[in-house]
Amino acid sequence: MTTKRTEERIGPEEQAEARIKAPKQQRSKAAKEQSSKGAGAKEHSATDRAGRKGPSGEKGKSEPREHSLIVTRGLTKRYGRITAVDGVGLEVREGDRYGLLGPNGSGKTTLVRMLLGLVFATRGEIEVLGRPVPSRVREVLPQIGAMVEGPGAYGHLSGRTNLKLFDAAGPGGGRRDRMRRVDAALERVGLAGVDRRPVRAYSLGMRQRLGLAGALLRKPRLLVLDEPTNGLDPRGIREVRDLLTELNAEGTTVLLSSHLLGEINAFCTRVGVMDRGRLVLQDDLAGLRRPTGRVLVSTPAPERAVALLDGRVETRDGTTIGVRHADAAALNSELVAAGIPVTEITVERRSLEQVVLDVTSTSSDRVDA
Amino acid sequence: MITVELAKLFRRPRTYVITGLLCALPFIVAVFLATTRVPPPPGQGGAFLSAVLSNGALYPAAAMALVMPVFLPVSVAVLAGDAVAGEATAGTLRYLLVRPVGRTRLLVAKLVSLVVFVLFAIVAVLVTAYVTGLALFGSEPSAGVALPADVTSLSGVTITPAGLALRMAGTVAYIVISMLSVAAIALFLSTVTDSGLGAAMGALAVLVTSQVLATLDAAAAVRPYLPTRYWLAWIDFFRDPVLWRDIERGAGIQLVYLGALLLAAWAAFVTRDVAN
Repeated sequence: MTTKRTEERIGPEEQAEARIKAPKQQRSKAAKEQSSKGAGAKEHSATDRAGRKGPSGEKGKSEPREHSLIVTRGLTKRYGRITAVDGVGLEVREGDRYGLLGPNGSGKTTLVRMLLGLVFATRGEIEVLGRPVPSRVREVLPQIGAMVEGPGAYGHLSGRTNLKLFDAAGPGGGRRDRMRRVDAALERVGLAGVDRRPVRAYSLGMRQRLGLAGALLRKPRLLVLDEPTNGLDPRGIREVRDLLTELNAEGTTVLLSSHLLGEINAFCTRVGVMDRGRLVLQDDLAGLRRPTGRVLVSTPAPERAVALLDGRVETRDGTTIGVRHADAAALNSELVAAGIPVTEITVERRSLEQVVLDVTSTSSDRVDA
Repeated sequence: MITVELAKLFRRPRTYVITGLLCALPFIVAVFLATTRVPPPPGQGGAFLSAVLSNGALYPAAAMALVMPVFLPVSVAVLAGDAVAGEATAGTLRYLLVRPVGRTRLLVAKLVSLVVFVLFAIVAVLVTAYVTGLALFGSEPSAGVALPADVTSLSGVTITPAGLALRMAGTVAYIVISMLSVAAIALFLSTVTDSGLGAAMGALAVLVTSQVLATLDAAAAVRPYLPTRYWLAWIDFFRDPVLWRDIERGAGIQLVYLGALLLAAWAAFVTRDVAN
């Protein structure tokens, strides 16, 4: 992708267009995934196609990076002899819900900080919203909402005052609208009723919500969130996820970094896995979670099922057997015809956990002798 | 950004606590002087202290001489040391930079807020000292203010209240410049460390070393270039005629230190990884 093309694209009209288009694409993509569910072996290729079809694909353009909001090439950061980030080629496309997954210390936060111009790369290129970072990062930051490694606020001031100061500190937006912006952001994250208590009296969850409100203050086009659900209870985590889903449907691209597999699994459409500074995997979630080719059958009579299916049973775990079979429905009728009761039958998929375990080495916080 | 920094300065309780403490010192000294009426022997104790016994209008100058060598630089070093490092520790620095606030702009705003703090603190000390002085020592008749014998070469010279005000203004300007170079040391250290306390400590270490060397004859060669060498040169504003030599040299040295350190602070901050 040439810089010039990207710059052309970032004009106000195109931006508006992109904002309007994104939700539609998201919906159609979701619909395709929905319709392909339970279609057996063909499902994989169908989902894969739908998943890989980025916003640009639908416009009929061949250049897949046309709508990439973040592109890095060979991005490397060294601190002395330690390499925190090593040759990362990240690509986040418009409308993505990108999940950056990796254990603590795998370089996620350093990577995110480099994208925002907080940390300077040792080597490699970064392009965010079509602009080179860090040289022109200030042109794109107004369109980015960010939460990096925990919220930051002045403890002696109230949450509302914190947001007002934060809003006043940077460019754009009038003084008159400030109260409205702050109130709207607080409302969105569920802090509308927050009182004059200083932030130091807030719970971790409240601070986290306040940090999120700060990121949403300017209705960003791109949200970069590092561990946003830290310190939230299960209900809070669900609320944040719903909020992010809502924002994404409105056209906001979300880059979420987390060490929690479940969080990425529940929210993201695209996953990047970091391991010891390297981006070891980057793919659509639907593609990663492709079927294994086995069908899992739960039955109160596993022996009879094994006898019937003979060599096709590959795994057995109590009353659940894994059968190599292309079609779950056909397998079901076969079993039922033989008089074997089936309590549950499902197409086995690779779990995200398995995918991550396959591509990562030992736990980074493990210290062996 | 500057208004935001000022809002932060004046919304912070510690600003008032520090200023209150600065005002309290001359007040306590005044109470002791007024009750005992024992003047310090000539050449000892703070400048002007024996003079104020006969004229309370000079007490603001005496108060400056009391807070200037230690108390004021310490408070400036603490605030300036915390300026960037404090934001980094609170986690707000990264959010300001991402907001986005340019790094140079942030540094300038911090510096402006430090200037405002120094002015605010000095004015507060002057006002309380003036009120205290008049209340406890009384004022001479409006004919004029006699310059104190222990600093003037010609005793008994009187200047008009307007003249006194002008000399006080010169004093304030000189002290602000001196304090700014303290602020610049602490601000520079503040950009290279995440510990506000460490930055303040570093700045104070520089000042204490400079004070010690200034009195050491063996270090006479470097003495003219020490940052604290001419700190009390503002007392020359109260001579008649004003003795400009040390004032000019002092201001020149302070401006050189100020410029060099601010440049260093800027260079350190714009190239720094914000990764605490």
